[in-house]
Amino acid sequence: MKRRFTGSMTFATSAILALLSAATLAGCKHSAPANAGLKATAQGTALVESSGGHQIGATGTTLKDPLVVQVNDDQGTAVPGALVEFHGPAGVSFDPAEVLSDSSGQATTSVTLGTIAGLYQIDAVTSGKTKPVSIGILETALNYQERVGSILVERYCSRCHDSESSPERVSNYDNLEVKPHLFTDGNTLNKMSDADLTSIILHGGPALNRSALMPSYGNTLSPSDVKALIAYTRAVSDPPYQPPGTVYARK
Amino acid sequence: MQPIRKNISSAWHALFGDPVRAFGVVSVILLLALAIAPAKEHFSQWHSYQRHYLTLIRDRGDAISLRRRFEPGIHQIWLPELGVVDRCTTCHLGLNEASLADVSQQPFRKHPVVPHSLNGFGCVICHGGQGQATTVAEAHHSERAGEEPILPTRYIESGCGQCHQNALPGTPQLNLGRTVVARYGCVHCHAITRPDGSKVEATDHPPSLAHIADKTTREWIFSWLKDPQAYAGSTTMPNYKFSDGDASDISAYLISSSKPQAGDSAAPSAKPGTGADLAAGPSLYGESFCASCHAVQNAAGNLVGGNLGPELTRIGNKAKPEWLAAWLENPRVYDSTTPMPHYRFTPQQNATLVAFLQAKSDSDYGSGVHLDAASPQQIAHGRKLIVEFGCAACHEINGVQKPENFAPDLSTIGSKPLAQIVFLPGMEHSLPSYIAAKIRQPRAFGSSVKMPQFTLTASQTDALTTALLALTARSRSMPDNLRVAAVPETNYQPAGHAGKLIAELACFSCHRFNGRGGDMAPDLTWEGSSVQRQWLTDFLHNPNTLRPSLIRRMPRFNLSDSDNKELTDYILVVYQSSAIDADLASLATNSPDLVEHGKQLFYSKYACQSCHIVDSKADKGYIGPTLTQVGSRLTPAWVHAWLKNPQALRPGTAEPNQNLSDDDARALTAFLMSQKRPGGRGVKQ
Repeated sequence: MKRRFTGSMTFATSAILALLSAATLAGCKHSAPANAGLKATAQGTALVESSGGHQIGATGTTLKDPLVVQVNDDQGTAVPGALVEFHGPAGVSFDPAEVLSDSSGQATTSVTLGTIAGLYQIDAVTSGKTKPVSIGILETALNYQERVGSILVERYCSRCHDSESSPERVSNYDNLEVKPHLFTDGNTLNKMSDADLTSIILHGGPALNRSALMPSYGNTLSPSDVKALIAYTRAVSDPPYQPPGTVYARK
Repeated sequence: MQPIRKNISSAWHALFGDPVRAFGVVSVILLLALAIAPAKEHFSQWHSYQRHYLTLIRDRGDAISLRRRFEPGIHQIWLPELGVVDRCTTCHLGLNEASLADVSQQPFRKHPVVPHSLNGFGCVICHGGQGQATTVAEAHHSERAGEEPILPTRYIESGCGQCHQNALPGTPQLNLGRTVVARYGCVHCHAITRPDGSKVEATDHPPSLAHIADKTTREWIFSWLKDPQAYAGSTTMPNYKFSDGDASDISAYLISSSKPQAGDSAAPSAKPGTGADLAAGPSLYGESFCASCHAVQNAAGNLVGGNLGPELTRIGNKAKPEWLAAWLENPRVYDSTTPMPHYRFTPQQNATLVAFLQAKSDSDYGSGVHLDAASPQQIAHGRKLIVEFGCAACHEINGVQKPENFAPDLSTIGSKPLAQIVFLPGMEHSLPSYIAAKIRQPRAFGSSVKMPQFTLTASQTDALTTALLALTARSRSMPDNLRVAAVPETNYQPAGHAGKLIAELACFSCHRFNGRGGDMAPDLTWEGSSVQRQWLTDFLHNPNTLRPSLIRRMPRFNLSDSDNKELTDYILVVYQSSAIDADLASLATNSPDLVEHGKQLFYSKYACQSCHIVDSKADKGYIGPTLTQVGSRLTPAWVHAWLKNPQALRPGTAEPNQNLSDDDARALTAFLMSQKRPGGRGVKQ
């Protein structure tokens, strides 16, 4: 009797564990529609990112521009008809997940980010002539606070802190004697503490003995705005930002 | 039979044969029965998540404080006035734990920072799902009657839209969706009433078809009805997928019911072709800044220009030259409420523009269309189709009444029960996927569906779905003090002759005055406090630009001197801010020392040259307006008030409030006011 009870207990525990892992996996649903009809007619030997990498979107949303990779052969010529598969971490989905490269060797998919903020590595894989070839492409998902930061950046900061012009705004970067740091400039910004960043936003460049071309925003932005700006800066930093302090064991 | 009975009787004897043994057996059964409840709890899903959480935090640096804050058992957020009973925190244990931000394993991750506290609002108000459930399946995925699955993250902003009817800075998708609802005229057919009882209004301007025969041909109407996007890719008119016969009959009815516009021929000066200077066309189109509102597709296939007015890529295929001439002469004759300004073109300019626009045509467009004269039966059939498809819900059509409540009311579409929805095969059974699919391809839901095919981008569809999902039953039961109302347009109307001029020039299409008008150009509510008379007069005569990098600019209306004076007087007298003291005496005299001090502040302390140009040779700042002649443009009182707090005068302006002391603001004002226009006009001693 006693023996049997222990036995059933072990069974129950493993059942619970299985259920738990199933539940965890349920959150990581992959939408990979079975494209049984897709047959590769050619193989390339290299994959190159054409466009759509390093995009920034809100969690759970589809990125604005499609992700395009190109399949090339040894000579660097485009290979049409090669099968390219897209893979991503839990929560990322592709439409479509498998695609044949078009006449100019390009495979295009639209990427929907996962529900957790952070960096996502997307892998594009093609079978290749001898062995599979793959490249990794990074995309960033922003949470609510980081996205509020991105909207504030667009309104107050990016005309100086972004060297690229867009149809909506002309960059002022080249007109400045002291060049501002780009928000992606992790090598510089990662070394600055949150307190330093707060200080320079609130009181302007002179607060940290830097250029007066950076004005003070302490009477324009609210404390939560400043936190959002810093959260955004940390989220888009390249190389990625590692918060200081206790390093916790990761599970 | 016999052996079974024998077995039972021997088993009975073995268990209950003597009293002591029977007592023992009954006790064991009782104990087992009593153990059912605790065992059920022990093996429940939430319990295993809690044990898992404890394992997770055990190895972390702050394990002790995390462990101290952990409470075993079922957690519940109960907010009776909001109707919230949420037990989500039973499993989502780390939502408030700042140190768990790096945990990627759900359900233990920290909640991202949002403006509302978890304990003040709970979870389901924003996320949907079943707050009272304690299993993953029931809480997240329930499809039972009256229950809703959790909202996918891509539509999460709809949660905000339940209370916030105004445009929040942090919800761009919801704001875009609401713009789409208004701009694509969804509410012409589908009424949407907000929880406070106000109606959502459309912002498009579907033209009246009462005089359509003056404007265009039956052949063009036919081609347009067949595929509006083939004529203009950017149009908001949806495709009804009419058959050739139906499109022909509708066009026949529209032409036959059209009445000539009175006074249409009363513009003899505007006969097309007379005195047209073809070479001057592009520059006149450019100077008049038609591109501020109208787009044209360029050779590369990109649309260049604004979207306030219709796209003009193939306008020559559509508009009759005599109609175009009369329209440019005075658009309010044909359409009294058009957002198009009444330019005062000379007859030659008019002819030039007509010729220029007529040349914008595509010889392939509609070339294969040849319609035979329609029979009365066909015309009657056309009218029947117009009634059936609700054309008059958007367009004024002679002989057809505007239908009321033509399509289902969408005021609570965000709570539509799943049981009432017929899903397509292979479709995910959820409200968001239904709404998105219905927007993408309405006719996929059956051939009897009248809703037309809209041309929306993927992000517009997501945004529209978000805005519709925000229209929930819950949004109507929220307490009044939590509701944030939409900011309604005022019905401000300026008075007198100047008011008539402002209406004719359609200033409201781009500028905002007293809470009414567009956002393309600056708000002019306080313009009278801001600018000097001479500058305003000159600007209205010839609007040279303050921000040369913009595509959209103020057009030149060719105002007469008397109209110009009328408008200038009105703006200077009426559009005054009481917060700005125009007679601030201390600003009148500027000593050279003060100007010099202001210059020092401008270049050194505040480094204004990073955004503004005062010395056009040395400064390069290109964000704010050029200030080389600001002393001849703005009033000292306005400059002073602006420097003290720019956001107070123009909310959302990029210039930060630098908290200037009175002395610094005074000196900077003196320096800026010393930047006069060369030639001495407008210089005040």
